[in-house]
Amino acid sequence: MTSSSKLMKSRWMSFLVPFLAVVVSLLIAAIIILAIGQNPLKAYGAMIKGAVGSRLSWADNITKMTSLLLTGLAVGFGFRAGVFNIGAEGQMAMGGIMAVAVGLNLGNVPSAVAIPLTIVAGMAGGAFWASIAGWLKAKTGAHEVISTIMLNWIAYHITNYLVAGPFAVGAGVPKSPEIAQSAQLPALLTVQASTIPSSILIAIVAAIAIYIILEKTTTGYEVKAVGFNPYAAEYGGISISKNIVLTMAISGALAGLAGALEVMSVHHRIFGAFTSDRGFDGITIALIGQNNPIGIIFAAFLISSLRSGSNAMQTIGVPDDIIVVIQGIIIYFVAADRIIRTWIMKATQLGKKKSPKTIQGGEEE
Amino acid sequence: MPQTENIQEELNDYAVYMKEITKVFPRVVANDRVTFKVKKGEIHALIGENGAGKTTLMNQLYGLYQPTSGEIYIKGKKVDIKGPSDAIDNGIGMVHQHFMLVENLSVAENVVLGSEPKRGITFNFKKAKKDVKELSEKYGLKVDVEAKIEDIPVGMQQRVEIIKTLYRGADILILDEPTAVLTPQETQELFEILRSLRKDGKTIIFISHKLKEVLEISDNITVMRLGKVTGNVKTSDTNETELANMMVGREVVLSIDRPRIEPGEVLVKVENLWIKDNRKLDAVRGLNFEVRKNQILGIAGVAGNGQSELAEALTGLRKIESGKYYFQGKEVTNLSVKELRELGIAHVPEDRQKRGMVHEFPNYFNLILGSHDKPQFSERGFLKLDDIRDFSKDLIEKFDVRPPEIDIYTGNLSGGNQQKVIIAREIGTSPKFIVVSQPTRGLDVGAIEYVHKELIHLRQEGVAILLISMELEEILSLSDRIMVMYEGKSMGEFENGQLTIEEIGLMMAGKSLDEVKLMEEAGEIKSL
Repeated sequence: MTSSSKLMKSRWMSFLVPFLAVVVSLLIAAIIILAIGQNPLKAYGAMIKGAVGSRLSWADNITKMTSLLLTGLAVGFGFRAGVFNIGAEGQMAMGGIMAVAVGLNLGNVPSAVAIPLTIVAGMAGGAFWASIAGWLKAKTGAHEVISTIMLNWIAYHITNYLVAGPFAVGAGVPKSPEIAQSAQLPALLTVQASTIPSSILIAIVAAIAIYIILEKTTTGYEVKAVGFNPYAAEYGGISISKNIVLTMAISGALAGLAGALEVMSVHHRIFGAFTSDRGFDGITIALIGQNNPIGIIFAAFLISSLRSGSNAMQTIGVPDDIIVVIQGIIIYFVAADRIIRTWIMKATQLGKKKSPKTIQGGEEE
Repeated sequence: MPQTENIQEELNDYAVYMKEITKVFPRVVANDRVTFKVKKGEIHALIGENGAGKTTLMNQLYGLYQPTSGEIYIKGKKVDIKGPSDAIDNGIGMVHQHFMLVENLSVAENVVLGSEPKRGITFNFKKAKKDVKELSEKYGLKVDVEAKIEDIPVGMQQRVEIIKTLYRGADILILDEPTAVLTPQETQELFEILRSLRKDGKTIIFISHKLKEVLEISDNITVMRLGKVTGNVKTSDTNETELANMMVGREVVLSIDRPRIEPGEVLVKVENLWIKDNRKLDAVRGLNFEVRKNQILGIAGVAGNGQSELAEALTGLRKIESGKYYFQGKEVTNLSVKELRELGIAHVPEDRQKRGMVHEFPNYFNLILGSHDKPQFSERGFLKLDDIRDFSKDLIEKFDVRPPEIDIYTGNLSGGNQQKVIIAREIGTSPKFIVVSQPTRGLDVGAIEYVHKELIHLRQEGVAILLISMELEEILSLSDRIMVMYEGKSMGEFENGQLTIEEIGLMMAGKSLDEVKLMEEAGEIKSL
């Protein structure tokens, strides 16, 4: 086999593995659905209908997908640089806070200025928040998993404080006022009470931008070198600490963008826990998308579809917890991708039974 | 049935008889119908290049792997070795290349570990010491039974490993590349021990790729190449060239041509250099030397005497605590890796897997590591991917990297080809000074030949080269001048050819050049 066909094969595999993981997970979940006395075909039918069966379900699905795509990108980009950013949750919150803080005061500014300004504010908020963890890691070696988790809690409490204090408005659930009309994102399409937000376009542009940064720029080259092998990066004259801070900043900016877009197109305000764990969902999505920005687009769509479809499934008597189960099994198979790879290898070997050739010894150096 | 009797009789002659052994790993046949016979009481050498399947074969004998097919007979009896404990029960002992000793325990404790003599339920340290002492005296294995492993030299640690196998009742000893960590004198001491073990009826399997040593110590030699046995010869009937040809499968040039050339101006100069290691202890202690254009300065020494720290400090990877480092007349002490690279200092690192490359990068990315942000390869932050690919194609072709593909991950290449990628990259930067550390470690004969030619070629082009190697033979065949390092200090510097191997060996063990000269005058140096 020539190495170029090997390369083709490895590209094909990186698509095939998550795909098969999803198929196998659905099969296993089908058995569970059977075991609780329901018809899996019916359940999945309802789920698909709920996810993509109507304009309304599309609207719901795409709205969910937007923030998931961005937090997935945030975590995935960090992974590529060897940084485990668990703090997308807090960075998303900071992005939302900054978007509100700026967006509230743009009443007299035209949308063409107000929208970009609010977006940049949100990204800066997330980037700043993540950079704290990056800086701590670069300077003191503090592990980013610990520091980002702590920063998550700080961001959570800052949000609660702001919506109960300085930003508080109205009665009932503590919440901030709505941002200026000019800073709100227009809808792509309005379906009854739901809209397909234009923020999805921004999120997809962000995914493509991250893809270009990773594959075509010196920044991407350095970030990946540090992620794969910091010793070799150092040997090549690449600053490890600079790249860790930079990676965290970019990762945080993406999570911050998720928060800003959520504010600008969905709620137009913040309230306590408005991030609702989507920062953590980003870890799942990055894993399924194999940290590839384009893969992450599909992974985000998959998870948002499962979520949107779960309500419909519940109406026919299948508990929506089954979605959590499916998600868990997918992660399991993607993380333990050797299982699927071995299946694929065995399946292809059955096709053409060939005795292995002597290439070289099995000694390691 | 007379025939079976004959076979049994034949089997009885052999301590080890591995018959038609095949070991298949996923996608690789590491041993292909290998038959390996070792007579009782002989020293049998098993030689071959890296990846020839020697270690795989021995790991099956020691029970670390199970053969895919084939039979193993020990002293005439068919055995099924499921793990090292089965091997030990059959009297087989193995001394690994990397010692398996507990650093902060004493010699005696290490030897008895796992089968300690007991008094009631407590450990009987006195008996352990006595047992170990007896064993060590019987075979001339000089050790200090009460010393801690971390305090004794490598040569003695190796003797502890040998005593350990003997203590467990081994009469078949497998030694995996035992001389790799020894000075020439220590190697001679080891050979004495092996001879005395042979006299006592022990069978020894000696794995090596150093032909001279094999010819000196063994009775019979088995040669392996690409998973198969390619030769089985009596040591007295063969020579170095024949063995090399069997190992490589073609004619090899063993000595390289080093054309005479006048060294040029001084390019690199260090004064009273002090460098610390990772544990913050002084690793290099007051080193002075110069390297000129068209000159190879070889640093000889046993591993761990400050060579690694020196290479890292000269290339910006480690801080110089005190002293001065000059390049082209300007002080460059503690400049960054990037700044030093920009001045024209290249580095072939000692650990190519860890430092030299990113496994998950395709060749065309590894070939620009360190120059990825130069205008040649990037413009306004974007990589010039087409230029990079063209550049890489040229280098891969010029340096004969196999397979000649730029898209393949460097981590998937063989060790020799990975080293070619690294050397191609470093030479590709057109350096003025290059620090080359352990450039041929783990490479096969063909690749070594190649690397050596490239280094000589660079020297002819006017590059100043600092060559660090634990292989004295490599230092001797390439260097113009030689400096010997011991415990972070220079034991002396001299023109290659001025001193004999014995004299250099003494310096590697801590004697200064002056002391060695005095010993020579007094006629105290015995020839090896």
